[in-house]
Order: sequence, then structure tokens, then C-alpha cells
Amino acid sequence: MKEKITEIFTKFTDERDNLIPLLQKIQEELGYLPEESLKEVAKFLHIPESEVFGVGTFYSQFKLKPGGKKTVVVCRGTACHVKGGARIQKDIEKMLGVAPGETTPDMEYTLETVACIGACALAPNVVVDKEIFGQVNARKIKEMFAPAETGTTQD
Amino acid sequence: MTFEDIRAAAINEWDSLEKSDQVRIYLGSATCGRAAGAKTISDELEEELQKRNISAVITQVGCIGSCYLEPLVDITKPGKPRISYGNMTPKKMVELVDDYIVNDNPRPDLALGSIGEGSVEGITDFFQTPMLKSQVRIILRNCGFIDPEKINHYIARGGYSGLVRTLTMTPDQVIEELKKSGLRGRGGAGFPTGQKWEFCQRAPGNEKYIICNADEGDPGAFMNRSLLEGDPHSVLEGMVIGSHAIGASQGYIYCRAEYPLAIERLKIATDQMRKYGFLGKNIMGTGHNFEIVIKEGAGAFVCGEETALMASIEGKRGMPRPRPPFPAIAGLWGKPTNINNVETWAAAAVIMQRGWEWYSQFGTEKSKGTKTFALVGKIERTGLIEVPLGMTLRSIIYDIGGGVLDGKEFKAAQTGGPSGGCLPQSNLDSPVDYESLAAAGSIMGSGGMIVMDENTCPVDIARYFISFTQGESCGKCVPCRLGTRQMQKILQRICNGNGEQGDIEKLQKIGETVKTGSLCGLGQTAPNPVLTTIRYFRDDYEAHIHDKKCPSLTCKDLIRFYILPDKCQACLICLRNCPAEAILGGKRMIHVIDQDKCTKCGTCFDVCPKKFDAVVRVTGEKLDVPDEPVPMLAGKA
Ligand SMILES: Cc1cc2nc3c(=O)[nH]c(=O)nc-3n(C[C@H](O)[C@H](O)[C@H](O)COP(=O)(O)O)c2cc1C
Ligand code: FES
Repeated sequence: MKEKITEIFTKFTDERDNLIPLLQKIQEELGYLPEESLKEVAKFLHIPESEVFGVGTFYSQFKLKPGGKKTVVVCRGTACHVKGGARIQKDIEKMLGVAPGETTPDMEYTLETVACIGACALAPNVVVDKEIFGQVNARKIKEMFAPAETGTTQD
Repeated sequence: MTFEDIRAAAINEWDSLEKSDQVRIYLGSATCGRAAGAKTISDELEEELQKRNISAVITQVGCIGSCYLEPLVDITKPGKPRISYGNMTPKKMVELVDDYIVNDNPRPDLALGSIGEGSVEGITDFFQTPMLKSQVRIILRNCGFIDPEKINHYIARGGYSGLVRTLTMTPDQVIEELKKSGLRGRGGAGFPTGQKWEFCQRAPGNEKYIICNADEGDPGAFMNRSLLEGDPHSVLEGMVIGSHAIGASQGYIYCRAEYPLAIERLKIATDQMRKYGFLGKNIMGTGHNFEIVIKEGAGAFVCGEETALMASIEGKRGMPRPRPPFPAIAGLWGKPTNINNVETWAAAAVIMQRGWEWYSQFGTEKSKGTKTFALVGKIERTGLIEVPLGMTLRSIIYDIGGGVLDGKEFKAAQTGGPSGGCLPQSNLDSPVDYESLAAAGSIMGSGGMIVMDENTCPVDIARYFISFTQGESCGKCVPCRLGTRQMQKILQRICNGNGEQGDIEKLQKIGETVKTGSLCGLGQTAPNPVLTTIRYFRDDYEAHIHDKKCPSLTCKDLIRFYILPDKCQACLICLRNCPAEAILGGKRMIHVIDQDKCTKCGTCFDVCPKKFDAVVRVTGEKLDVPDEPVPMLAGKA
């Protein structure tokens, strides 16, 4: 991990406004922000660790815990809400057995919510590993997350 | 190369595409297209073309705005107008390759319309179809037509001529032109743009910044995303124009991280600009220097607020600070800074291309020009539209949007996102402009317009928005941090059926306190969705509180689902689909919902075949139905 971070540092200058881009890059590489990496960033930018933590906890994009192999993001935007997004979220929570922000015990899925992904016209939307699934419904969700169990006949 | 050479080459490139003797295929490749499955369509297309050894020019275009018809594919055969096809499936794609590309049957049954000169029998002009007919597409003129990754396409259609013109003018002249155009900020508050530029230009200091606000935090809105994905150069041209007028040498685009495609297209576009000398040192030989840096947001709604946004660019927590000093005097790193929304910059570019007189012919006395809206929610034709300011809400919803989904009753249109409000039926005939929306208790906002029908509960919507702002409050001001929390609690209990006498008054009182006691626009406007729904839908609040009823049949704790024994045909569909396994029944046994197990998800209601219509949703009453499955009466199906 340390080498990876050192390698990332070579691509940045130690200016303060690089803090967020740095954290974004580290998260992109490591999947989350290990505590150690935050300390390294503080040293690199010559700022207090508390400031790095402050930023790392302020923005919803940053994760301080490792996530699952796949990330499922449910849109909680207005258009999706009006079209039944809350119910979709409940279904997925039930299917995966976790709440938003949590990871399944087998480390397969992390469930997250987002304010809006900008595909509102196709609401409700769910994103799985950057792929957007539009106009989802209970049946599609079932197919997506429990393929073995689906015995639906509805067409 | 002079601009004339560049333009000549660009027009040449565009014309050779337009007049090519090959088949041209345009694929909608914006986020909504992708969400609808554009990738499988394009894979299918390529495979089919290859199989048949057909060579065609394939162009990835942005979104024409008819998102409900995605995935969209347009085909132009030499000498024929372009024909649009919607709701594409791999199967339809194969059919089109065979029928239209190989043979000559344009399949009017699948076509949405034709675009451009000439006509095809049986196919109407796409721009005369209801959704597009009454739109005035200025900002979106290129979206869906050009390849957003080709600067030459943009230039061939008049792009960068506004910049060229600007560079021959003094900054004062440019600002004067903007002022005369009547352009007002498209990011929410509607401040006159020319005047804003002037403040920053006059501010003392040699180092100045400009910012493009592409945070688009309003959930349910995607105008800025579509524009950046479909025509990034129009925004960038506006920024370079602004840099000259204001005297800025550095610009930032703060784009939300949820928009990876927009960010990618911006990066490609800025590289192309540098090659042509539209960006960088000594722009077009005039000695003007200007650079643009793209900053990715990190998921915080409050960072759309200008001072928070600047803190975020500086690498800090995105917390707003008091104004004054205004950004025009002391913004980014304490230097004079001008911030505008994506659409404002794009409007500035087109104004400089075509002149203020032309632009100001659109719109109303005080709200000039056009505005894009993301028309979504319970509406037939969802998508991105652009209309002259002042069009009535009714025209937007019924003429362009095709009315409420499934012929249901219109309840409200929500504009302005979490800062805005709901416009009820009585507002349908009011014009949509800055003043009228404010008078109705809402705001223009950045252009999200969410349509709600009889089954959308205004109390639930108020609860939804307050939960949103509560979660996004940066926590600096106590009234915002704690007031929204209290409002959320009250709204939650009302929705749960535990509302108390006096709750409405409490909400109003806290709401007013949050409005007056908060530093930034987030807190100042957070109570709006609550206050406007109380103003227009007080009856709904009262029904929840006093009768424990949700008239819109939305709030889970106040509704029940039943299967009507005389209508149930024991088809097992609801039983198999119920995610909670709450439906009992069997072959020839009338199904029954176990009310204790039912999670009110509504799946049974949705899947029950229309011809049976056996599932009902009620509020405030209990139906007398059997609690155990009973055999169907003999003689039934
Ligand atoms: C909480 C909050 C969120 C905002 N979000 C945005 C946004 O996403 N995009 C935007 O352009 N303006 C947003 N604004 C408005 C900006 O502060 C600013 O007024 C705007 O970018 C100015 O641009 P304009 O003059 O072109 O409208 C927001 C304001 C507040 C208070
Ligand atoms: S509201 Fe869900 S994508 Fe915008």
C-alpha cells in the first residue's frame, strides 16, 4: 500500500488544493482510504492530520472502510423517489441483507445511495459498478440480485 | 492558422459527413442512452453491419432530449433526410439494418420522425412532433446533432465565432452586450449576468478567476449534464469569452463526480481548444492568456453554493461563509471571482455569436431568453426540453410532456429542487419565469421540473426534501442543522400516522426560523418544499394528522392492500411475485394478503393483470375479506 501511495504522490505537487484530488486518486487505486493513507497525505501536504480527516469525512464520496467487490448505488433523487425509488431501495436492502453504507459479509456487495445520477428521465435508476440500470422495478431487481431464486412467471 | 482557415476546414469536414455517399448512423451515447442500453444496440449494429459487409459512418451524438425514447438511433441514407428511431432493441436494430439499410424500406412503423430537408412517405418531421414542436432550442441546438468529441462539428455550426467577435471588442463592450441581452443566471437565483461580470471586472486586483458551476446538486435535474455531454464546447466558449470580459487568467469547472462522461468530454474538449489556440497562452494571437482546470466534486450538495464550492476547490471542507465580501471582490483564494452556472456560460456564448437583439427576442420583459428543463416524474414524455421563458406550465406539461402518466390527475409540479416548491393545479396557467415562480413560493432553480400525480403524496415529498437537506446541511448554522432535523421528525411522524394537533403550525414556525437564521441558501430555502406544500395541500396534511389517511395512497403506514375475492382469478401471479411472501393462496384458491407480513411494497398491485384488477389500495379503512384462502366459486375461470 505504501508504495502505491508514494507512487501516487509523484503525480501531484504538495499544494493544498490537491488534497481532494489526492484522496480521490488514492480511493480509486485502493478502493477506500485507509487511515494510514490519510496520515501520509497530511505529511505530504504539510497540513495537520485533522484537516485531512475533516475533508475525508465531510464528502460522501470518501470511504474510510473497504467495500465489497461490487458497489450497488441506488438513486434517491426526486425523480427516482416519485417513481418508487424508496421501494427499490428497500427491496435491495432486503435482498442483500445490508443497509446503505454497509457491505455484505461475503464482501461481495457494498450498498450505497446517491443524490442523483442525472438519468432522471429513466427513473428509477440503480447503478452497479458504474453501469446504469434504468426503469428498474421489483422484478428486475430480483433478477439482478437473486438470479438463482427467481421463479417469476410474470411477463 | 487563422480562424477563417479553421472554420473552412471544419465546414468541409461537416459537409463531407452531411453529404457523404455512405450510410450515416447516429447513436445517442449520453448517460440516459447508456442507461437505456445504448451499448447493446451499438454492439448489435456493428456486428450486423460487419456480417453484411456494409460500411457506414457511425457517429456518437449527445442527447436530443427525448429521453423516454432512448435508446435512440438515427439513420441517414445518401440523399435522404435523417430518420430517428426510438426505444431500440437489438431485434429492431437487426430489422432496420435489413429493411432500411440493405433494402429501402424506412419502416415508418418504427420511425419517430425525419430530420432535415426532404421528406419520407409515412414519416413526419421530427421537429413537428408534439414534444419538439413548441420548443425553442438555442442552448441545446447541437445536442444530438454533433459529435461532442469533435471540435470541428461545433465550429462548423457557428461555434467559436462568438469568441472571435469578443476578442475584437473591449471588455466593457462585451459586458454591455450581455447586459442588453437580459441574460440572468441559470443556476438558481437569476442574478443579471452582465452586472455580475461587471462587479468582478471592476474589482481591484490583477489576478481574477472564473468558475463554471457544474455541480448540479439538485436531485432530479440533469440539464447541465446533458449539455456538457452533448455540446461541451458551447460552455467552454462562454468561459473564454467571460475570461476576456472579466480579465481572468484562470478558470475552473467544478463538476460533480457522478458525471464521469461529462468530465471525460470536457477533458477532450479542452485539449482540442489548446490545439486550436482557443485556450492557453496568447489566445488567437491577442495576447490574452487563459487556462481551465477541471475539478471533480466529491459528493456534497452544499458545494453547489458558491462560497462552499470555492472552499472545496481550495481543498477544504465545503462549508459556506458569510457574504459580503462577495466572490466578485474576494472569492477563490481571496481573489475576485465570477461564478456562473453551466447554462449561463453557454448562453453567453450564443449571445456573443448572434448578438443581444436576437437573443432578447425570446422570453418575457424581465426573463429573457430560453431555459432548459429536466421534465421528469409522472409524465408521459420525460426528457430534457428548452422553452422560451414565460411559457405556461400547462403548455410545458401537456403540450410538450404529453400530460400526466397513464392519464392520471395532475397534482403538482416541483421546481427548484430542495430549495423550491410545488406548484399546484391553480398555477398551471401561470407563465414559467423568475417572477411568477417566486410569487408562487417556488423558484426557477436550475431547471428540474418534477411532475407529480394523484398518487404522489405532498407530505411525503416534503418529508423527502427535508430529509435530503437535513442530510446535506454542512452543520455550521444551528437553525439549519437542528431545525431541519426537527422538521424531518415531525414530517416523519405525520407520514407514519402519528401526527399531532399543532404539528402544521410547528412546522411553519421552525421553517421560518430556519429560513431567517441560516447563513447560506441551503438553509434559507430548505423549508420551502414544506411551506409550499402546506400552503397548497393543507388538506393532505390534515387528513394525515386527524383522519390518519393518506389521500394519495402513498404513505405506507396509512394504507393497506387487499385482494378482492370476487375479482381474484387465483392466477398466482401476485403470490409468486410478492417479495415478502405475504400472499396466501393456491390453484383455484382465492388469494389473501397476510396484513402482518405485508410490507406495502405494492408489487401485487402492479402485477395483478389489468383484466382482473383484483388488488386494491385503501387508506383509513379495513375491508371485509377472508383471512384465509377460500376455494373459488364454481363456474369461474
Ligand atoms: C445549497 C445550494 C446549492 C446550489 N447548487 C447549485 C448548483 O448545483 N449549480 C449551480 O449552478 N448553482 C447552484 N447554486 C447557486 C450558486 O450558489 C450560484 O448562485 C450560481 O452558481 C451562480 O450562477 P448563475 O449566476 O449563473 O446562476 C446553489 C446554491 C445553494 C445555496
Ligand atoms: S433522480 Fe434518480 S437519476 Fe436523477
